[in-house]
Amino acid sequence: MEQQENQFLIDSEFLTPKALAKKHELETNPESRVNHMEYLPGMENIHSDICGKVMSEMEEYDYEQYTAKDVRAALQHDVCTIDDFKALLSPAAQPFLEEMAQKARMETRKHFGNNVYIFTPLYIANYCENYCVYCGFNCYNHIHRMKLNREQIEHEMKVIADSGMEEILILTGESRAQSSVEYIGEACKLARKYFKNVGIEIYPINSDEYRYLHECGVDYVTVFQETYDTDKYETLHLMGHKRIWPYRFDAQERALMGGMRGVAFSALLGLSNFRKDALATGLHAYYIQRKYPHAEISLSCPRLRPIINNDKIHPLDVHETQLCQIICAYRIFLPFAGITVSSRESASFRNGIVKIAATKVSAGVSTGIGDHENKYTGKENKVEAGDEQFEIEDGRNIQSMYKDIEDEGLQPVLNDYLYV
Amino acid sequence: MNTNDDKLIIGGHEFQSRFILGSGKYSLNLIEAVVKDAGAEMITLAVRRANTKEHENILDYIPEGVTLIPNTSGARNAEEAVRIARLARELGCGDFIKVEIMRDTKYLLPDNEETIKATKILADEGFIVLPYMYPDLNVARDLVEAGAAAIMPLASPIGSNKGLATKEFIQILIHEIDLPIIVDAGIGAPSQACEAMEMGAAAIMANTALATAGDLPLMASAFKDAIAAGRKAYLSGLGRVLVRGASASDPLTGFLRD
Repeated sequence: MEQQENQFLIDSEFLTPKALAKKHELETNPESRVNHMEYLPGMENIHSDICGKVMSEMEEYDYEQYTAKDVRAALQHDVCTIDDFKALLSPAAQPFLEEMAQKARMETRKHFGNNVYIFTPLYIANYCENYCVYCGFNCYNHIHRMKLNREQIEHEMKVIADSGMEEILILTGESRAQSSVEYIGEACKLARKYFKNVGIEIYPINSDEYRYLHECGVDYVTVFQETYDTDKYETLHLMGHKRIWPYRFDAQERALMGGMRGVAFSALLGLSNFRKDALATGLHAYYIQRKYPHAEISLSCPRLRPIINNDKIHPLDVHETQLCQIICAYRIFLPFAGITVSSRESASFRNGIVKIAATKVSAGVSTGIGDHENKYTGKENKVEAGDEQFEIEDGRNIQSMYKDIEDEGLQPVLNDYLYV
Repeated sequence: MNTNDDKLIIGGHEFQSRFILGSGKYSLNLIEAVVKDAGAEMITLAVRRANTKEHENILDYIPEGVTLIPNTSGARNAEEAVRIARLARELGCGDFIKVEIMRDTKYLLPDNEETIKATKILADEGFIVLPYMYPDLNVARDLVEAGAAAIMPLASPIGSNKGLATKEFIQILIHEIDLPIIVDAGIGAPSQACEAMEMGAAAIMANTALATAGDLPLMASAFKDAIAAGRKAYLSGLGRVLVRGASASDPLTGFLRD
């Protein structure tokens, strides 16, 4: 049965008539939106050759042409070629899911042993200047906005560090005005006091700004491309700097130019054709690693989730089976890459996928702002908190995650990193 | 020959066992059993993994009496390797250091040039340096000159379990280098470990081969036996292999009259 397309457009009763008029204009009149392929002033253009390579492969990818024979050949090959990767992402591979999982598991064990890394995200602000129709933080969504000050950030970090966590991913909404690079840098310096490993997932910035954040203690940068289908992207990211697709595409490369150790890639599955998006994500990572062989590469595999004021958002035809197929294909194509599966997925899916291919999971997750103490200790402090970006599915804390990983015969790892 | 007298000597330290274990790819609570069944006296560990809070420190799982060989994994150049080695010393991991320098995250092949630089600096600082390297005779000689205590050539890429892909080059190192040659990386089965020992390797280092086995302690024990067998074969002097035509009844030198 064909699932219904997502209905993303929600009007808040709190918007002024002027704001509402602008919102409707953006939604209904493509002419009112800026060219999503053109850089805005101040955006560094590194003239990379990688985008062209990824996009030409993706555009010519006809997944229906692959057969069981191609999939069998891909599973037998010692080294997975780009064409093998395409076969593994095709509908013809679905009947081979168990074989793919077996091969993926062996590759994971060879490269990572039975280690599964645990981290937690920390959202420090949810202000956003963009109108991305599927995101809870979008500027037209009526949510409680908040930005933590230095003391509040440090308090959150203490609470998280006390739980035993050693790796943190610092996130903000995408607003340079509210969350400047300097503000994020200060948060990262604080994070270095409490955690061994600090990553960021913020708006894309220039290479010199990545260098500054690296000097503040950050070594890992995650940027979700959301979708590699630029036409679709244009219809989902209607306003703000995030609308500029190619600047986002080159973010990982700028981060590496800025001295970062590792970069993470992702499409948000369910926004567009998932096979093409998964292909492009894998190739984006593949070509970056070829150009920057020292770079540590990882992939995330998020699916669309419900948000505040729109609980019907769902990942279309990307069911758990398809997600599993994508993750196995990623693992076989990029055996050395880390694969993160977030708390958007259920505990049972995550328990299963860490046995096959995933190497990192989050625990003790809040996608809201300033609410860790309440969530971690159960204290009902009357503190102000900012609303969540999306609904999570797996609410396990670090202790239960640690135990569940051990119970699966795997080794939970809280730190395997040094800032040098 | 009494093989009890056959000791492996690295940097003045004597070892009976010639099996060096890795520790980073299997459950911490198996380390003790694996060490015991392997009969191992040395275990490597990543400094970056040991540099952690008390919650799950790998150091707590390593039995007493086993010599720690911290490694510099994660280092992308000599400077980073040196910094990691110094941190290992601060963490109380002793004077051994396995230098691993990689600037390729796909195959994790060592950077020989940077490894020579780091070996020189660390040896001068009094470390017992075991450099992981791509088997190249010229580099091995430079490492000797730089002060290495042993040389650790790779058999095949880390984690590949592909065995002695670089066999001929390791054999040259064994012939030409006067330090222990410890075959590291890529050894996937006890038979491959045995073969390397028959060739004259001083010791074997394995990690993934155990981590991917069904029963880790049992595989550790299999490696122990294979390494011991290979060592005995090497010490006993391998017999010749009969090749057709090589044992002619009319010797080629029969014409010599004196």
